[in-house]
Amino acid sequence: MLMTDRERLAGEIKALAEQHDNCRTALIPIVQEIKQKYRKLDDFAMQVIADQLGIHPVEVYSVVSFYAFLGSAAHGKYIIRLCRTISCDMQGKERVMRQMENDLGIRFGETTADGKFSLEWANCMGMCDQGPAMLVNERVYTRVTPERVHEILEECRRSFGVHATEQKEVYLV
Amino acid sequence: MSPLPTFSTMAPEAGLKQAMALSRPDIIETMKQSGLKGRGGAGFPTGMKWNFAAAAQAEEKFVICNADEGEPGTFKDRVILQDHADLVFEGMTIAGKAIGAKEGIVFLRGEYTYLRSQLEAVLDRRRKQKLLGKAILGSDLEFDIRIFMGAGAYICGEETALIEALEGFRGEPRNRPPFPVNTGFLGRPSIVNNVETLASAACILQKGVDWWKATGTEHSTGIKIFSVSGDCGKPGVYEFPMGITVAQLLKEVAGEGAKAVQVGGASGLCIPASQFQRAIAFEDIPTGGSIIVFGQQRDMLDVLHNFLDFFVDESCGQCTPCRLGNRKLLEGVELLKEGKCSMAYLQELCALGDTMQIASKCGLGQSSPSAFLSVVKNFREELMGRTYSHV
Repeated sequence: MLMTDRERLAGEIKALAEQHDNCRTALIPIVQEIKQKYRKLDDFAMQVIADQLGIHPVEVYSVVSFYAFLGSAAHGKYIIRLCRTISCDMQGKERVMRQMENDLGIRFGETTADGKFSLEWANCMGMCDQGPAMLVNERVYTRVTPERVHEILEECRRSFGVHATEQKEVYLV
Repeated sequence: MSPLPTFSTMAPEAGLKQAMALSRPDIIETMKQSGLKGRGGAGFPTGMKWNFAAAAQAEEKFVICNADEGEPGTFKDRVILQDHADLVFEGMTIAGKAIGAKEGIVFLRGEYTYLRSQLEAVLDRRRKQKLLGKAILGSDLEFDIRIFMGAGAYICGEETALIEALEGFRGEPRNRPPFPVNTGFLGRPSIVNNVETLASAACILQKGVDWWKATGTEHSTGIKIFSVSGDCGKPGVYEFPMGITVAQLLKEVAGEGAKAVQVGGASGLCIPASQFQRAIAFEDIPTGGSIIVFGQQRDMLDVLHNFLDFFVDESCGQCTPCRLGNRKLLEGVELLKEGKCSMAYLQELCALGDTMQIASKCGLGQSSPSAFLSVVKNFREELMGRTYSHV
């Protein structure tokens, strides 16, 4: 039997919700998991989550839109979050930002056309003594300089396409 | 070498073993005697909090560890979780016994997702060692801990907003009372303690009240972990006794000659050089441990601009004083930077700041004007009549 993407997604959400007894407390963990896997959360996914938890889809949207790490919009394979709070600011995050935008050809808040990179701001990420700091997905980079930006992006790019090694995938994703 | 000498010298599980031998009221009495106050910054007496939750009648209770460390300039909880996770979990287990809870939840901020696997491994090991789960250390004590990942919201450091997030809602603070010790997670009595508070509690149980009270001041007992960043020679995590003066602290971190020090993060106070003799303690300058040093070259308006951008972004938007007040203060800073702010308007902004402190629903809006007000008070000569070139 042919299974559509939607059916598969719905099945996954149902399985996740059932792990948590379809309880509302599972809302954020479910959204986190689905977002990590599919890199977006469309209306259909929010409807299925709502049905499973017995709430209105607007409730799901209201929660998803509240948190900086959630959000329903599609994002790139790598989300680069540069810290903009005071200590990283004083240590030169502005120049890192500029170089990042130059190298990727997008502005902060945007995703590259190939869907590989998203640039986002983060508020204090707890690396104030080693700034400027940034997160690439879950991995943290400290003392980032404008010169290192290229190197970090290349490190991500090496995990795309034919030259990708599985180990790197695991390390960075 | 860990930067936390006291936590490093603790014998593993000695505090927990000590607690197992004590009755529940005795554990709480110990905490009360120690005078330990919440290390997240609010400084609520820990023993009193545990006592309220212990006294509440309910089928279920919860111990929640607040690891949503989001205050600008704070990173001590990250270091404690990396180097001394066992001590934190030990503290949670002790709290579980004291209030009669079977479940503990660590609310770990989304930015620290990379710590999760390491923490899960520690929890697994503790389960194998019979330090978690049923029949802890062969007694009838039952307690387990799970980790909940936050999703990037500063406001979730506020305890009721944190509980809202745990329950699957927007992180909007609740009205207090009722307090979480009576009506917390899922309406059950819950204590929400900072990472450092729980680790300190484990130390107190092990070494005793007198040992703890030997450091610090009368009203702020014990040691405190500080996160130091900014314009100083040796930024990092430090352990100092409560009551240390700003000047002494600056000397330790090679930050002498600073123009000002921000104590307590963006929501804390901006202390000018003339007040460096003041003590960092709950009775003078309260803090969650964030110390940001500003060198002579720093423009205080740039600092304020950064802080207010932060608050505008992180306000949950629920109550008007905070949602709009921070925005007006930010616009005011922009006017000051352009040299277009009249003295009358500046006074009006200060009055707005006072109103926010009184009228905001939670700690975010009540404390976000603090930096603005202290800069206006202490650095007035820098603010007025600036020329356009400063922008």
